[in-house]
Amino acid sequence: MGIPFPFSAIVGQVELKLALTLVAVDPSIGGVLILGDRGTGKSTAVRALAALLPPMRVVLDCKYGCDPANEQALCSDCLTKRSAGAALRGRVMPVPVVDMPLGATEDRVVGALDIERALTNGEKAFEPGLLARANRGFLYIDEVNLLEDHLVDLLIDVAASGENLVEREGLSVRHPARFVLVGSGNPEEGQLRPQLLDRFGLSLEIRTPDDLASRVEVIKRRDQFERDPSGFTTRWKSEEDRLRKRIIAARRRLDQVVVPDAVVELAARLCMRLGTDGLRGELTLIRAARALATLNGRLLTTADDLRRVAPSALCHRLRRSPLDDAGSSTRVDRALEEVFVS
Amino acid sequence: MKGPGQDLWNDALRAAALFAVCPAAVGGVVVRGAAGPARDRWVKETRALFEPSTAFCRMPLHTDDSRLLGGLDLAATLRRGCRVVERGLLASADGGVLMVSMAERIEANRVGRICQVMDRGQVVLERDGIGQSMPARFGVIAFDEGQDADERAPAAFSDRLAFQIDLSGIALSDLSAAALSARDVASARARFARVEIPESIRQALCATALALGVWPLRASWLACQVARACAALDGRDEVAESDAALAGRLVLAHRATCLPESAAEDEQPLDNSDAESELQPGDQPSDLRDEDEINQADGTEERVIASARAAIPADLLARLRVAATNPKSPTATLGATESRRPGLMGGRPASALRGDAKSGARLHLIETLRAAAPWQVLRRREAGNRHAKDGKGIRIEVRREDFRVRRYVSRTQTTTIFLVDASGSAALHRLAETKGAVELLLAQCYIRRDQVAVLAFRQEKAELLLPPTRSLTRAKRSLAGMPASGGTPLAAALDAATLLADGIRRKGGMPIIVVLSDGRANVARDGTRGREAGQRDAMAAAVGLRLAGITSLFVDTSPNPSGVATSIAEQMGAQYLPLPYADAIGLSDAVRAVSA
Repeated sequence: MGIPFPFSAIVGQVELKLALTLVAVDPSIGGVLILGDRGTGKSTAVRALAALLPPMRVVLDCKYGCDPANEQALCSDCLTKRSAGAALRGRVMPVPVVDMPLGATEDRVVGALDIERALTNGEKAFEPGLLARANRGFLYIDEVNLLEDHLVDLLIDVAASGENLVEREGLSVRHPARFVLVGSGNPEEGQLRPQLLDRFGLSLEIRTPDDLASRVEVIKRRDQFERDPSGFTTRWKSEEDRLRKRIIAARRRLDQVVVPDAVVELAARLCMRLGTDGLRGELTLIRAARALATLNGRLLTTADDLRRVAPSALCHRLRRSPLDDAGSSTRVDRALEEVFVS
Repeated sequence: MKGPGQDLWNDALRAAALFAVCPAAVGGVVVRGAAGPARDRWVKETRALFEPSTAFCRMPLHTDDSRLLGGLDLAATLRRGCRVVERGLLASADGGVLMVSMAERIEANRVGRICQVMDRGQVVLERDGIGQSMPARFGVIAFDEGQDADERAPAAFSDRLAFQIDLSGIALSDLSAAALSARDVASARARFARVEIPESIRQALCATALALGVWPLRASWLACQVARACAALDGRDEVAESDAALAGRLVLAHRATCLPESAAEDEQPLDNSDAESELQPGDQPSDLRDEDEINQADGTEERVIASARAAIPADLLARLRVAATNPKSPTATLGATESRRPGLMGGRPASALRGDAKSGARLHLIETLRAAAPWQVLRRREAGNRHAKDGKGIRIEVRREDFRVRRYVSRTQTTTIFLVDASGSAALHRLAETKGAVELLLAQCYIRRDQVAVLAFRQEKAELLLPPTRSLTRAKRSLAGMPASGGTPLAAALDAATLLADGIRRKGGMPIIVVLSDGRANVARDGTRGREAGQRDAMAAAVGLRLAGITSLFVDTSPNPSGVATSIAEQMGAQYLPLPYADAIGLSDAVRAVSA
């Protein structure tokens, strides 16, 4: 794929960039769903994200990229190694952003036996799939609404449990698969199942810019990039570095950020007003607001942070009301007005 | 003498040459029109513009994933004892051209796969235990044999292909040889990478796209690439205004969704059939330069727009009208793909799926054996001792996890919900006729093997007389015994129908609501009587139905059709049909039209 287009060089699309930056700061916000017109740079932005993520420490030789510092989330291999008394040595690697292409087969997604070793030596060796590779990173599905049903079921299951279980040829493998799901698609081409919709923390609808100046700028930057990718990337390097530093700093401070009771209460009132299902919406809302606060260098989450992230955290969780003519974003706006005035 | 057909042909050849300069960069060409001599000739001329060694891969409509993307070559893998990857069509087309036939019928998820590969310039293979990527930079020629404006290649696809040419209006006498040779194209290809595009031209092309209502940015990008290809063909290193004018005409005009503003002052109506003869003689688009000589930057833009405007298809207005009256499905293909889903029982075969043959699915023997094959060495070794003992070796060991079942892509089951007015007023007038109409529709449903459900409403509420079923006899019987009396709780009825339809849709079906009523609602949602409240609630319920996006038909059963029913039908987004004028044919046509 060569060099990815620099994230900062994407023209406009403020909401998209913000949402991706927020989950980079706090992956526990959950995934991001990007719906939008064709050719708005959805996939460009996600692929560009990889370059911004600070590298992570993984256990040396671990197939699943376990975190040596997190004992709760170790895979069985690492656990055995540790209980045998060996120290888990670590190494640094970039956070994986795994691309799941349409047409991927189930065995590649969940992992399967290594066919070559089965044929030549008749031995069973588990070959991890995309879910294993995405552990602790991002799993990106372009055209998520075209994904086949059985793969959607599988993803919903794994995303909920954070664990992938494979049974094959009498071999049973269980490994951690915690990833941030990022999906993009064009709503005209098919609907998403509500269960899958719910797995995404933030959702946003993006549009093609309609002013001439930014449209010309998009075309111009793409032209420059395609002609000289490395030169273009070098020109944007300082901008990218700045953003990466901001994300790293924000991550470091994340634990110290305070969410005052008043803000928590506001989130609860907002969710109640909108009648969103379950607590997931509320939790996402608070986490996203907190990430926004720390990204802006503050240690106190404010009502304004909440307000800023509310549309993308809640829009896709509204039950469709047959009596309301307004789109879901208008409904969120209206609820925001009401809750914030009172 | 030059006719319109000859101009079209010249444009088609020009598009072919520009495509040949940089196939992957401009995406490709959509060729409208049925198979025939013009199309064959065009392909031949296009082929001649490439080096003879260039790959031209043909993709049949129902190519499966392993053929399209590639996968494990099982035979070779078993023979050699190591993984052998089979290249798919897309990877084989690398550096060449992919020809897609019957593009108007191609499914959304197939297009999705091709588009992903086009966007990345490589096939990312994650199949059959193989994770590998292969280069795949190719141009596409999509043959679109759609008959009418609604039937065309999916937007996701045509968005990525710069050109669209229509060969249907071309006569045999119009066909002529291409002016360019493969050698001209080859030298242009070498030059293409270094052709610069001046800021003013880039701006002009973007502005033209906006003026024509061409929103996808990809179109502007493709127009810039085509302008560069054009300069390269002309042996220049910088894009000139004439290149941009041609790019605007060939890339942007056919995507227009609105007429540029200045067109309003233009005295030539664009939807008249002479529009085509207004085309500029193709080889000198810069002629337009004489028309107005304003200052440089604005002038370029105006001239590019003028050039594109001249080529706006004559049927643009007709197409806009189609889009406006049919906002739910901008293209017929979209609706069609949505109503197809994989099933286990009937329809066209789709890829096999892992699973048990228990639940009525049929075992896919070949796929099952394929799935079992690679593991035989392993299984024999494990089972070796056991079999050695009882003396009977087995040839091939198949286990449960190898089972693959057949899957079929079938049309979604349509469920027609009849919402029948059984109020007193209806009884007085024409309950018998209503029942007759329903029976007529039932016959239609029988032909299509649809399911039907019957909801009747009278007094205070709607009642589900018949849950969705395929038994039409039961439907008839439930209607025959239907009593009629009391008020008209249309609001409650519409709510109930919406709810039922939503449930059907959740289960993967396609609901259609057919309302048979005079529309004179007089019972409100809360059950209180009163014409005003009844009407108001009915309107609200109708809006709800429309927002839920359910296809509906309103048959007005009143003897003197009034505005009441029309406005409710309008709120529902329903097709309206007054019964007094509806005979058997009219009714069945109407139902066929909404359920098509």
